[in-house]
Amino acid sequence: MWNYTDKVKEHFFNPKNSGVLDTANAVGEVGSITCGDALRLMLKVDPDTQIIQDAKFQTFGCGSAIASSSALTEMIIGKTVDEALVLTNRDIADYLGGLPPEKMHCSVMGAEALRAAIANYKGEAWEDDHEEGELVCKCFGIDAAMIERAVTVNGLTSLEEVTHYTKAGGSCQTCHEKIEEVLEAVMAKTGILKPAAKHSPTGVVGLDAIQPLAAKPAEPAAAASKLTNVQRMQAIMGAIEAMRPQIQRDGGDVELVDIDGKDIYVRLTGACSGCSQSAGTMMGVQMKLVETLGEFVRVKPASLMPAHAN
Amino acid sequence: MTIPNSGVYLDNNATTRVDPEVLTEMLPLFTEHFGNPSSMHAFGAAVGGKIEWARKQVQALLGAGYDSEIVFTSGGTESDNTAILSTIEAYPKKKEIVTSVVEHPAVLALCDYLEKKRDYKIHRIGVDSKGNLDMDAYKAALSDRVAIVSIMWANNETGTIFPIEELAQLAKAVGAIFHTDAVQAVGKIPMKLADSAVDLLSLSGHKLHAPKGIGALYVKRGLRFRPMMRGGHQERSRRAGTENAPAIVGLGAAAHLALTHMAEENTRVKAQRDRLEQAILAAVPSCFVTGNPDNRLPNTCNVAFEYIEGEAILLLLNEQGIAASSGSACTSGSLEPSHVMRAMGVPYTAAHGATRFSLSRDTTDAEIDHVIAVVPGIIAKLRSLSPYWEQSAGKAKDFAPVYS
Repeated sequence: MWNYTDKVKEHFFNPKNSGVLDTANAVGEVGSITCGDALRLMLKVDPDTQIIQDAKFQTFGCGSAIASSSALTEMIIGKTVDEALVLTNRDIADYLGGLPPEKMHCSVMGAEALRAAIANYKGEAWEDDHEEGELVCKCFGIDAAMIERAVTVNGLTSLEEVTHYTKAGGSCQTCHEKIEEVLEAVMAKTGILKPAAKHSPTGVVGLDAIQPLAAKPAEPAAAASKLTNVQRMQAIMGAIEAMRPQIQRDGGDVELVDIDGKDIYVRLTGACSGCSQSAGTMMGVQMKLVETLGEFVRVKPASLMPAHAN
Repeated sequence: MTIPNSGVYLDNNATTRVDPEVLTEMLPLFTEHFGNPSSMHAFGAAVGGKIEWARKQVQALLGAGYDSEIVFTSGGTESDNTAILSTIEAYPKKKEIVTSVVEHPAVLALCDYLEKKRDYKIHRIGVDSKGNLDMDAYKAALSDRVAIVSIMWANNETGTIFPIEELAQLAKAVGAIFHTDAVQAVGKIPMKLADSAVDLLSLSGHKLHAPKGIGALYVKRGLRFRPMMRGGHQERSRRAGTENAPAIVGLGAAAHLALTHMAEENTRVKAQRDRLEQAILAAVPSCFVTGNPDNRLPNTCNVAFEYIEGEAILLLLNEQGIAASSGSACTSGSLEPSHVMRAMGVPYTAAHGATRFSLSRDTTDAEIDHVIAVVPGIIAKLRSLSPYWEQSAGKAKDFAPVYS
């Protein structure tokens, strides 16, 4: 049995705002019965004030999917469309007191439905490239097809890169073997079979080829308590600098704007702005920083900076 | 309607309650009879005698010719792994294995591994929409290249029974070893392995009111066998490691009880199952029984409720004190609906809502009444939340999100 919080149970057993909203002027529909999760979010937005006056949902899914939908409606009623757009799946999960890692995709579905509904309200086309395929990363609901595409398009060669680009494998890490299989398959197909060359000098075999494991993972933990503010800032700048070539390869760029405690504001530019993968890129930056600093930080777009900060 | 005190446990295909008589038999093995059966002294001898008694009980339940054909293991998974690994080691030149698509992961995952890492060719025989094995495909897969056939006796999710004797004889005809995972069948289906073509059979204690962590592998006399666990001479060197004496005695006691209660499983328990199933089908629209209703275990009922999801059903059942199980993706953490439902071609609209009720001889009529009383309300509540269900019309409606 899943370890659901009381808040999740409350929203599952007595969901708020379930049913059909006849007066809706914005509808977002995501998921599919094949996936086992589907959500229709209906909003009534006041065209003058842009305030979401009412919201209702219909959900096909497990306990946490229903709870996430219910929580979402409670969170957005009374907010303006722009205020609502700021909400992330993490906010939904936090509102519920957390979700089991395997269930985080339920909160993602909520956030996706919200975006779809608002796009519908604004008359924009909502597109998502999620396709059917063997599910690889269960935490984030990433299938083999999506990983293949990311690997092919971006020329990814390592598990770490796949995680940064797609989120796959970034949570419970149990799917790493499967991701590597997909990676190997794509690389074999495209002929980029050279990841090993990176690690060992060509032509060297035997013991010489075995390089000591980088002491990296141990470092950040030790450093976490010792970093001065200046060192921490330099570490963040260094990590972002290291990620830039990868992002620039896609015609985008990332720039550090401000550091406010655990909130790190960055700006995605070039091809990144408006790209459907930008959330994944932000997540990738965040994971890199968490790894580098050995502490939890949150990467946010500069557009979310509090007004007084600038 | 009041909820029976300790809850209604209808998940007996997952595990069963240890029978109090089984526990009584086991307890002295923790206290006065704690000796190591391999020891020369009286402390050991007393335990050794109890283990041999247990072996005879399992022999009787299976209708085996000799008690030495019973090897105690840690459970169904170990028995399955041992059977397959032993056979392929004994017949290294045969590089093919025949199994079915609806096997337990203890067999399927091992076959996947052997296929990937050891170049075995695996024939996974499909099933029809009722879960019956494709006999033509089975016959076509058999050849003298096949080392072992491993096909379950009864399916854990639907209870559907495979024609084991026929399958075993076909396998023997091409010189293949025949193994059956009978974890769900033992204790519910009468067996006489002494007259059977079955070479190897796996059983698990906790499915028949013995404790967890104990099982057995039936190994027909004369079969070439290679142990998976090497070490001491226990179990005639076929399974090394000091015997789990309390659990072995528990399994013996449980086997004895299972033989006594087998008729009851096929009469009283079966009648309760049928009553539950018919009541649900009559009261709930858009649901159906999965598997083969005419050829299945007497205790198992698997109903697919369309347009709703299994985990949500289980959570609401749990609120009513009812324990059941689901082939839905979310309950397993796998995010894909059960491989058994998919193999039968059960549409996704129903596979996610497949709910298994599995009874045992502990099940009472009052418990069945309670389940019958609450299930329709639970299904209706979830359908009222579902975008796939037209509440007013009481039927499914079109819903096809752009993002899918």
